Amino acid sequence: MPVKYDVIVIGGGHNGLTAAAYLARAGLKTLVLERRHVLGGASVTEEIFPGFKFSVFSYVVSLLRPEIIRDLNLPLHGLTILPLESTLTPLPNGDYLYRGADHYESYRNIARFSPRDADAYEDYGRMMYFMAKAVKYILGIIPPDPASLHPADLNGLLNLARRFLGLEREQFYTLMRLMTMSSADFLQRWFESEPLLGTLSASGVIGTFLGPRSPGSAYVLLHHYMGEIDGVFRSWGFAKGGTGGIASAIASAARSFGAEIRLNSSVSRVLTRNGSATGVVLESGEEFSAKVVVSSLDPQQTFMKLIDPTLLPEEIVEALRLYVYRGSSGKVNLALDAAPKFACWPGQGPHLRGAISISPGVDYIEHAYDEAKYGRFSSRPYIDIVIPSMIDPDMAPPGKHVMSCFVQYAPYELADGDWDQQREAFGDAVINTLSEYIPNLKDILLYRQVLTPLDIERITGLTQGNIFQGELSLSQLFFLRPAPGLAKYRTPVRGYYQCGSAAYPGGGLSGATGRLAALQILRNEFGRRDKT
Amino acid sequence: MPIPTPFHARTGAICESHEWRNWSGYLAASLYEPTHEREYYAIRNAAALIDVSPLYKYEISGPEAERLVNRIFTRDFSRCAVGQVRYTPWCDDDGKVIDDGTVARLEQNKFRVTAAEANLAWFQDCGYGMAVHVQDVTAELAALALQGPNARLILEPILQEVELKELKYYCFAEGSIRGIPLTISRTGYTGDLGYELWVSPRHALDLWDLLIERGVDFGITPAGILALDIARIEAGMIMNQVDYISSRKALIEEQKSSPFEIGLGWAVDLEKEDFVGRRALIEERRRGSAWRLVGLEVDWNDLEAVFRRWDLTPQVAGRASRSAVPIYRGNRQIGQMTSHTFSPWLKRYIGIGMARSREVREGDAVSVEVTVEYQRLRANAKIVRLPFINLPRKRA
Ligand SMILES: Cc1cc2nc3c(=O)[nH]c(=O)nc-3n(C[C@H](O)[C@H](O)[C@H](O)COP(=O)(O)OP(=O)(O)OC[C@H]3O[C@@H](n4cnc5c(N)ncnc54)[C@H](O)[C@@H]3O)c2cc1C
Repeated sequence: MPVKYDVIVIGGGHNGLTAAAYLARAGLKTLVLERRHVLGGASVTEEIFPGFKFSVFSYVVSLLRPEIIRDLNLPLHGLTILPLESTLTPLPNGDYLYRGADHYESYRNIARFSPRDADAYEDYGRMMYFMAKAVKYILGIIPPDPASLHPADLNGLLNLARRFLGLEREQFYTLMRLMTMSSADFLQRWFESEPLLGTLSASGVIGTFLGPRSPGSAYVLLHHYMGEIDGVFRSWGFAKGGTGGIASAIASAARSFGAEIRLNSSVSRVLTRNGSATGVVLESGEEFSAKVVVSSLDPQQTFMKLIDPTLLPEEIVEALRLYVYRGSSGKVNLALDAAPKFACWPGQGPHLRGAISISPGVDYIEHAYDEAKYGRFSSRPYIDIVIPSMIDPDMAPPGKHVMSCFVQYAPYELADGDWDQQREAFGDAVINTLSEYIPNLKDILLYRQVLTPLDIERITGLTQGNIFQGELSLSQLFFLRPAPGLAKYRTPVRGYYQCGSAAYPGGGLSGATGRLAALQILRNEFGRRDKT
Repeated sequence: MPIPTPFHARTGAICESHEWRNWSGYLAASLYEPTHEREYYAIRNAAALIDVSPLYKYEISGPEAERLVNRIFTRDFSRCAVGQVRYTPWCDDDGKVIDDGTVARLEQNKFRVTAAEANLAWFQDCGYGMAVHVQDVTAELAALALQGPNARLILEPILQEVELKELKYYCFAEGSIRGIPLTISRTGYTGDLGYELWVSPRHALDLWDLLIERGVDFGITPAGILALDIARIEAGMIMNQVDYISSRKALIEEQKSSPFEIGLGWAVDLEKEDFVGRRALIEERRRGSAWRLVGLEVDWNDLEAVFRRWDLTPQVAGRASRSAVPIYRGNRQIGQMTSHTFSPWLKRYIGIGMARSREVREGDAVSVEVTVEYQRLRANAKIVRLPFINLPRKRA
């Protein structure tokens, strides 16, 4: 007779681990099953090339909930979040736009391109703060029973938010625009200079299959401001040891509370009896039983693969079938023999310790998107770069560096050939683009790891390599995510929960879904309220 | 006007913030960059290079040096071997703390003392009639603290005559770096792995350059007083004239503290023969102390609730505060939080304070004053054990 667990968590990514830590902390007998030989999922650090540690997938942190850091005492388990200082936009003509910690320095830099923009920049930041606050509130008032909700209710919700938040009329209109406009159009209400428009609009397309001129991309901009509303907590940071540092700290905390974690354990099915989850079976055939099973995988796997979809109501199955993943991003990780020298700003400096964005203008990114629309990767992609070894010297041998490049666009579905044939050509496009800005890149390149959306899917299990477990488009947000009726953690199968980033409040390295799912499980299934 | 330290040619050149503090009459950089965040993280993540030359430094030497040292300081130096350092307070006759600092036994009959305030006259007076010599060597010794997890990696290959791995916590050794003779001690004011380097001012700039050159690939970062202040609060280390008032500066009795009251009871050796303040301290031990040092953690959820009344998120300063705020139990003021800061590493708001010893125990719920929109309010807090951060690598 196998041991019976209180809860089994499927997936050892940061959300699964967070859920496990909270459950174990409440005294439940908890087991985490991870398919790979390492923990972390999309927040993993691996030494792919000897001596060089790559944040293989995700690379910066913005939203990791401070209450999770405190509740689980993560610093004592090795978590350190280091500040990411600045954003550099190198330009093809050898110039650059630099925004750093010093407000006035950023002001002067933006003013070189447009004095108006420099002035508007602060207003824009303030406005986004109010928007983020409003949206956080809207998210918070979604009724737990979404049966009463329908897309048509969006207006009603906004009205509600307006009343409760006391948003001024103009702010309310801005919110409506934010929900519907393209990021380029939205930003052009404030700004006129291309480097700033390009770089800001880029954060509206990260992880989505949208261009800066696609309606709906403006909303994604907000995701980058959500961290700001927590005041002293910095919005962007870099985990010491790479993003795997987050998963390993959470795992260490979970173990300290008694959670059991098994690697190399791929779950093939969730076992059910009379419509209730009773345990899981691994691909190896090994079975584990539990009162509650919680999946951190994406909706495709959680509802269509791990359980028999006939256990779900027909309309939910239908919605899940229509749920769009459409991976659009790739990742290229580089091991470098020396520091990269940017043509626009040679030598070392604070610009190498922040984000570096290859986004010289809106047209540049829109062109990159055009290619993807027709099933080709961008020949000159938008690239979001960080050099973790500049911030955490332990990431590479002394004097050497690792460079993380998040690349768009790389459509999951290619028009010609497949990703196994196109992988190196994609890698070349990235290196060639980078070399235009970093002339010494090819001389110092020791190794490159090229990850296509197909690789992301194969390694992490994220369907189609979509980094947010499903497209962040308006039709799939809020209570519609992943399907009406599934927005929260419970599922129609009794004792079966979801805690992956498709559930409220969504993707990124926040841990929020893991925590909230755990608290709900404690309450619903074990009649407990967590201390926090 | 404060004067430059021996490192000023370097620290002055890189101080983008142009923000300086007067530290014992010397110019000390508050921070070098526009914000101190990176300097703080260098302490916890890589290595911070901090100019600590303004510390007062004294040498006590002569046949009766041990006798004098044992008379001044509350710890027993007959058990301190050459090569060891001890952290200790010292008191007046009433057992009230004058200052605190480190004492290194350089030779059998020679000690080096660091102090926050000037103490020459006091030390000399204590040694009146003894065969000892007390000398102020502040200006003769430049000092650099290299603090952070990479400190050892940086020093190991360049430091000669010292086996760094063998240099235990609170020990020191004589060595050299590229021909520059120096003393290196396994000490610091950050609660992290770290060293302090003591060198002749003649070699100060060369030493600085060598360390920067060697440390660049290990994240060495010059750090100012603001970063240090956060780290020392996290490490639960008290500061003279901030967390307690020297009995030589106090204007009234109530302002004075005994070592027991400021959390240094462990550094009082009542067994040893007579030392300044011993009788009073024996008496206090018997009677009990009126005050005690406490660690405080402000309840962040409650802080959020307090700010939410104005529809604000907690606006706490990024810098450590040295302005004391009252601690309450119920409506009664039971003490004051004397140093407080948001800990960027712990993501908690923490503080060090003094409370009436009969009123507090670890784990107690109290509240502290917070000011929101010019109004004085209270946020819940908990009495917690110090230090807030206790890293194994500190002693490793
Ligand atoms: C390339 C890329 C870049 C990104 N960049 C950022 C960024 O910079 N900042 C940010 O905040 N977010 C970023 N994200 C998003 C972020 O990484 C994810 O939202 C987050 O990591 C999701 O965590 P999770 O725990 O919900 O899921 P995952 O991390 O996906 O964890 C799921 C886990 O389940 C395991 N698993 C899968 N199938 C099975 C099975 N059958 N049985 C057992 N285990 C299984 C997987 O191996 C994995 O460990 C990025 C994502 C990608 C892919």
